[in-house]
Amino acid sequence: MNASIAQLHAPRRDEIWARLARVSDPELDESVAEMGFVESIEICDSGEVRIGFRLPTFWCSPNFAFLMAHDMREAVEALDWVTHAEIALTNHCNAEEINRGVGGSLSFAETFPGQTEAELDDLRATFRRKAYQGRQEKLMRHMVAEGFTPEHIAAMTIGELTALAIASSEFEALRARYAEIRCEFGGPDAAGDAAFTTPEGDAIDAKNFNLYLSTLRRVRINTQFNANMCKSLLNVRYGEDEE
Amino acid sequence: MYKTSDGEEIFVIDAHIHLWDARPENQRNVHGAQFINCFHDYHSALSPPEYLWSAEKFQYYGPETLYEDLFVNGYDDMAVCQPTYLKDFYTNGFNTTEQNAELLKDCADRIILNGAFDPRDEELGLEALESLVETYGIQGVKLYTAEWRGDSKGYKLSDPWAKRYLEKAQSLGIKNIHVHKGPTILPLNRDAFDVADIDDAATDFPELNFIVDHVGLPRLDDFCWIAVQEPNVYGGLAVASAFVHARPRYFAEMMAELLFWVGEDRLLFGSDYGIWQPKWLIEKFMAFEMPDDLKAETGVDLTTEGKRKILGLNAAKLYGVDIEAKKVSLGGA
Repeated sequence: MNASIAQLHAPRRDEIWARLARVSDPELDESVAEMGFVESIEICDSGEVRIGFRLPTFWCSPNFAFLMAHDMREAVEALDWVTHAEIALTNHCNAEEINRGVGGSLSFAETFPGQTEAELDDLRATFRRKAYQGRQEKLMRHMVAEGFTPEHIAAMTIGELTALAIASSEFEALRARYAEIRCEFGGPDAAGDAAFTTPEGDAIDAKNFNLYLSTLRRVRINTQFNANMCKSLLNVRYGEDEE
Repeated sequence: MYKTSDGEEIFVIDAHIHLWDARPENQRNVHGAQFINCFHDYHSALSPPEYLWSAEKFQYYGPETLYEDLFVNGYDDMAVCQPTYLKDFYTNGFNTTEQNAELLKDCADRIILNGAFDPRDEELGLEALESLVETYGIQGVKLYTAEWRGDSKGYKLSDPWAKRYLEKAQSLGIKNIHVHKGPTILPLNRDAFDVADIDDAATDFPELNFIVDHVGLPRLDDFCWIAVQEPNVYGGLAVASAFVHARPRYFAEMMAELLFWVGEDRLLFGSDYGIWQPKWLIEKFMAFEMPDDLKAETGVDLTTEGKRKILGLNAAKLYGVDIEAKKVSLGGA
């Protein structure tokens, strides 16, 4: 590709990265871009895009691989100049099926005929709930370290959380991540509603605050196990420096 | 034997070791190559640099190397050898009970030989299980519910045939059911690491002990929940313990949870050799101290007494090893 075309495509490449940054590995609740799963991006003048997609092992669960490939295609095709996005998973035990299924807009069950009982909606919901708990725990622990009491955190409304001015970019990032998912779980989410609730929308009991945090930590330990393992394995497999 | 700085002796039973053959001539297909590559990646990802093996050595290290690494350099006094058949990937199997018995016969006094079964073998497998008990006197089996078999990509312990096998195992006097919980492929639409079938089996077979290898990671919360309900469920620390070097804070958080929910009486050390070596695992484990903030939050600690149980006493109970007698017989050898 000559320099002028590369320059022409640079902003488009940035747009694609921005889209992919919002696609999560459902199990890890981390973006596929940050995890290093995006191996390459090719852009044609006609608006066709090809994303090279790689995973830490040959055996990574095909269901999560399918969800990520599906979400990547959808996210990239949402850009108005993209006419078609091809997701090319490589070095994976089900690469062929997944590429064909996602490329042909097939559902998961259609991609693996006779091998699955249903679609992936329940699986996605289970892990989205864990993502809610994980984001909430990180934010609450950060606030405890900043000196907030359990009573204060338990009684805080969404409006108050939004208005909090803490001079910490980490706090702002954690709050933004939590705000993004709060509307999906935890009951009503108007400014006057409680900022922190269980996924079912129950209030958090300040007296049992540490117990509640411990429950959340157990969920997070799993996610972190996978994230640690995936990063280390990806590094070994593709020989890149760890972040 | 590990000796503490105070000269105290700790008898070590490594509850999870392998002696496999993944050499190219034994690989049946691309899956065989990919399987051992994946193991080698795990090895490379978490081992200290001075313990790294080449891909070639990792494919086959043989009984002499195993003896040196476990019993001469590695503090292990005894080890539970877990078979992994994987005949769909490896022509002669990855490591079968028969091969393990033959290769390790020179150190049989240090090896607890486990067998295996696969409920998909139906009637024929029940007979094979009987003959394993007769020939080798096995007290335990290792199950891979995720193992591929023809078109099948795995099974569950709650399947009817699995129940028949567990009944049979119990009637033959087998006590310990090690279950590998790792990525299964089927059912494709669900969580591939699901440990829920352990719950059913442990309830139905209260006389059997179920050792969940890798403590159900990455579904530790589900595993803890099941272990709290079922007194005959144990946690095997293979893989989990490897984090003690590369991610010590993470290891501490995991141990705090396990000690709180499962307790030091139901956890077993396992190196998962040849993926990792007991020498560095045990040195780091013995040097490990629970951080104060976790002690305060969870109320648990990992004392020398707890480490002693995890490293050997708990496995000795499950496998009926008389440690004092064993010390004498091994010392005289």
